[in-house]
Amino acid sequence: MIKTNMPLRMVKDKASQGLVFLFSVLLAIPLMVILFYVVKNGLGVMSWTFLTHLPKPVGESGGGISNAIVGTLILVGLASLVSIPMGIFTGIYLSEYGNTKTAKYVRLCVEVLQGIPSIVIGIVAYVWVVVTLGHFSAISGGVALGMMMLPVITLSTEETIKLIPKTLKEASLALGVPYYRTMLSVILPTGLNGILTGALLGISRVAGETAPLLFTAFGSPFMNANITKPIQSLPLLIFNYSTSPYEEWQKLGWGASFLLISMIFCLSLITKGVTRKR
Amino acid sequence: MNQEILKIQNLNVYIGDTHIVKDISMGFLRKNITAVMGPSGCGKTTLIRCINRMHELIPTAKVTGEITLYGRDLYAFNPIYVRRKIGMVFQRPNPFPTMSIYDNVLAGYQLNGVSLTRQEKDHIVQDALKKAALWEEVKDNLHRKGTFLSGGQQQRLCIARALAMKPKILLMDEPTSALDPKATSHIEELLIELKKSVTIVIVTHNIAQASRISDSTAFLYMGELVEYESTKKMFTVPKDKRTEEYLIGKFG
Ligand SMILES: Nc1ncnc2c1ncn2[C@@H]1O[C@H](COP(=O)(O)OP(=O)(O)OP(=O)(O)O)[C@@H](O)[C@H]1O
Ligand SMILES: [Mg+2]
Repeated sequence: MIKTNMPLRMVKDKASQGLVFLFSVLLAIPLMVILFYVVKNGLGVMSWTFLTHLPKPVGESGGGISNAIVGTLILVGLASLVSIPMGIFTGIYLSEYGNTKTAKYVRLCVEVLQGIPSIVIGIVAYVWVVVTLGHFSAISGGVALGMMMLPVITLSTEETIKLIPKTLKEASLALGVPYYRTMLSVILPTGLNGILTGALLGISRVAGETAPLLFTAFGSPFMNANITKPIQSLPLLIFNYSTSPYEEWQKLGWGASFLLISMIFCLSLITKGVTRKR
Repeated sequence: MNQEILKIQNLNVYIGDTHIVKDISMGFLRKNITAVMGPSGCGKTTLIRCINRMHELIPTAKVTGEITLYGRDLYAFNPIYVRRKIGMVFQRPNPFPTMSIYDNVLAGYQLNGVSLTRQEKDHIVQDALKKAALWEEVKDNLHRKGTFLSGGQQQRLCIARALAMKPKILLMDEPTSALDPKATSHIEELLIELKKSVTIVIVTHNIAQASRISDSTAFLYMGELVEYESTKKMFTVPKDKRTEEYLIGKFG
């Protein structure tokens, strides 16, 4: 009986292996298609002018997207400025006092925040900042993106610090080092790679966000470094230009897509490098 | 001449609802080595961690009784001051992984924001590493990470780190339990040398080690201090039956 079943089992085994392989290949197809189109349409647009010039008015050819590049950097910078320190401190708190009631609520909040759709976060930033200031601004966009980064950084900091052996903290305290200095000068540097990874993941997560910026940073055709004024960003520019009827603008949109994807790809490579060093 | 530098009186330690250290009273003589022995789980670590107030890290720990340092209440001092005067070496070597050998030795100063000149630093590092019998092995690699060292070397680095702070008392929690015989004998020689300047309390499971290096020995059993005697006396004529059984290897 057993003998006669053997070939059948082997067939089943081979078949399921084949199926798994097939699906893995299928999964790669959408990615390949996206990359194909973005590279095909975007690579040709890349030029020094594209990176350093402002967009030209409709009808004129050429022009670049320097305002969106600077805008994205400013927005991500603003978001990082608030969310990285806050996320790190919250992460330390959660890892140190994880069993207290407060910490449990804080962790729940962070997890819920992580699951909130980005458009809703945009609305919150709109009500908080845009309505208060009375106009769209880079700051409101930074707040929206910061709120999205916060949970990523908090949770990865918590995980990282939890993995650091307790004996290290004890070693420092036993030398008469005060608690806060132990955390800042011993525990944080030891977990630096993990925390950095969290920060980079957070940045990659928000660098391509469009929805929360639609009614916060809003977009702008001008070069702007004033954080109280509306500001352009790569995803916003892609959204606006690609849906426009002008061929010149659509081209810029493809170029911006290529640039954005390349930036995020580089970030993941850096993140991988940092993680490996750990 | 030989007075008690540290004195424990009626010390009780509770963690949560468990009574762990039960009414222990004992004194520690200056520049002596005191061995603390007893079966696993009897409260040795808990006892010595009360001496540099590391038990305060456990939120559920409660302590009653009195510990005096130079006749003054230990718990009236700032814990940071206490820990600078009373150094500790842990069961497992725990050098700071982000720091070089050099910085590990100086960690107690640098983390406390004490500024030193280059010469002072070099002097402290060399002195502490020599005392810990590690200098010859690492003097050409002082700026490599401390975690590149072998386990025994790491433990000696941790001893050097504690010695660099010039503590009056050194608490050691099974410092050689993770080491091979050669590294162990290194550290034993070192302790005998250190005795000239430091009072040492060492927890050990190694009966031979206690007999080789200690002046007096405390035997703990289930949180109680069963016997506290000069090592010679205890190892030749133990007073308590439980001590005798432990020494001939009946438990632990
Ligand atoms: N942080 C803690 N929380 C709860 N119980 C603890 C804690 N630390 C120690 N204990 C308990 O206290 C008792 C004594 O522990 P301790 O570590 O002092 O023993 P020990 O004599 O050092 O043992 P060993 O020789 O195995 O190191 C044990 O029963 C242990 O379960
Ligand atoms: Mg112990």
